[in-house]
Amino acid sequence: MFLKDYCKEVLGAVQSLLTGMKRTGYYFTHHKEIITQQYPDNKDTLVLPERFRGEVIMPHNEMNEHRCTGCTACELACPNGTIKVITKFDITPEGKKKKAVDKLVYHLEMCTLCNLCVSSCPSDAIKMEQTFEHSVYDRKLLTKVLNKPGSKIMEGIE
Amino acid sequence: MLEEIRTTEQDDLVINVGPQHPSTHGVLHLVITLNGETIKKVEPHLGYVHRSIEKMCESLTYRQFILTTSRMDYLSAHINNHCCVLCVEKGLQLDVPPRAQVIRILMDELTRIASHVLWWGAFAMDLGAITPFFHAFREREVINDIMEETCGTRLTMNYMMPGGVMYDLHPNFQKRVHEFIKLFKSKLPEYHELVTNNVIFQERTKGVGMLSYEDAISYGCSGPAARGSGVSSDIRKLYPYEIYNQLQFEECLEYGCDSFARYQVRMNEMMQSLSIVEQLIDNIPEGDIQAKTKAVIKLPKGEFYSRVESARGEFGVYIVSEGGTTPYRIKFRSPGFSNLSALDQMARGQKIGDLVAMMGSLDLVIPDIDR
Repeated sequence: MFLKDYCKEVLGAVQSLLTGMKRTGYYFTHHKEIITQQYPDNKDTLVLPERFRGEVIMPHNEMNEHRCTGCTACELACPNGTIKVITKFDITPEGKKKKAVDKLVYHLEMCTLCNLCVSSCPSDAIKMEQTFEHSVYDRKLLTKVLNKPGSKIMEGIE
Repeated sequence: MLEEIRTTEQDDLVINVGPQHPSTHGVLHLVITLNGETIKKVEPHLGYVHRSIEKMCESLTYRQFILTTSRMDYLSAHINNHCCVLCVEKGLQLDVPPRAQVIRILMDELTRIASHVLWWGAFAMDLGAITPFFHAFREREVINDIMEETCGTRLTMNYMMPGGVMYDLHPNFQKRVHEFIKLFKSKLPEYHELVTNNVIFQERTKGVGMLSYEDAISYGCSGPAARGSGVSSDIRKLYPYEIYNQLQFEECLEYGCDSFARYQVRMNEMMQSLSIVEQLIDNIPEGDIQAKTKAVIKLPKGEFYSRVESARGEFGVYIVSEGGTTPYRIKFRSPGFSNLSALDQMARGQKIGDLVAMMGSLDLVIPDIDR
């Protein structure tokens, strides 16, 4: 009886190993199942989803106008002090003072890409861009001013 | 528990496993006292990835502190975030729209599958099988792509917000999840072929790392580590949150008390999570994804606690509020910390070669233990 059980155990063990080897052999001969992507060779065909969070940008239209009012909602929403809004006062044609954004400084090196600034913006002035290769040789390059030089606020944004 | 006096004698060998060791999956430092090859004592040393998240949260508002929990148990980030928003909603007494609740549960269960799949690969790799790791990443990649499309990121999502979720589901979401369910059902038998039925794997895990029913309770184990010892500890069943009480699923219990039992609990849990996803994916109610909240959230004065079933066990958030915009004190109850404390009990008297099998079966994520 003991010998019978022993042989059964050994045969079962060999069978279990062979089942696993069969599965491995299947993938060895079926190359279509390979799903590895060859980055960066596939850079031209790489499509990232539109919601992918790479970095914060401020879209400008062709007149070099943005939608930022300088309300600092993004600065308050940011958990780690990534955004700093420097405001100035514009003089409107009626002669009144109006708050406007001078510089929206964005520190990519501190950003955790949590999307809280984008979702808190009341005028949809900032959004997430799909870029992801951020490495540079100098960390100063990661501190960015999001509004382009000479840009101004679009008509009708309050 | 400490009936025998475990002192280091002259012949004993004290060795360090970690903090840089491939099988600790992070910076876990174990000081092991050995008598020959037999383990006398295991002392985990923590603090290598301590980031003082709890203290940091005291200066963050109730919207901002959620993202720090993604950095704790990074493999079940959604579930951690879920617990935080539940706690804030408890304080605000908010009613979350049904659509948001269903989306949250869908994301939780997909995360649980992804986490268990990764654990399966890593556990097999700890025991010397490299191939399963790549098989595991193949399925996990599909879930990560689904997450990337809907939430925007692959690992640290920050998708849950007090009152609902950040975005609505992506139009492709249902199609992609259906594809995943089909794929995963065809791939799961492979997992059993490669690892579960493998004789070497069974020999290395059966009877290794015994944790009795009583010990599992007294060490405060939760999740699969406790359910492998027959302790009913599924928060989804015991203290249902969101709409878990309307769903059909079973609590996976095993009574083997060893590493293999904990392995089986996780394998069965993947099937249960998949069945929850199947139940919900075609029945997502229409409507809002966010309840109306004020721009600045202020919790009333008091103490709030919420708990969820994370992929590793019970995850809890305890907030003490003084009525301001930031919490006065936050405490996170992480499952890994309690589970790790049971490692000494498991390893005592066992051989050092089996230590990795015990550690792997606990599914430790070190940033979750250390925070």
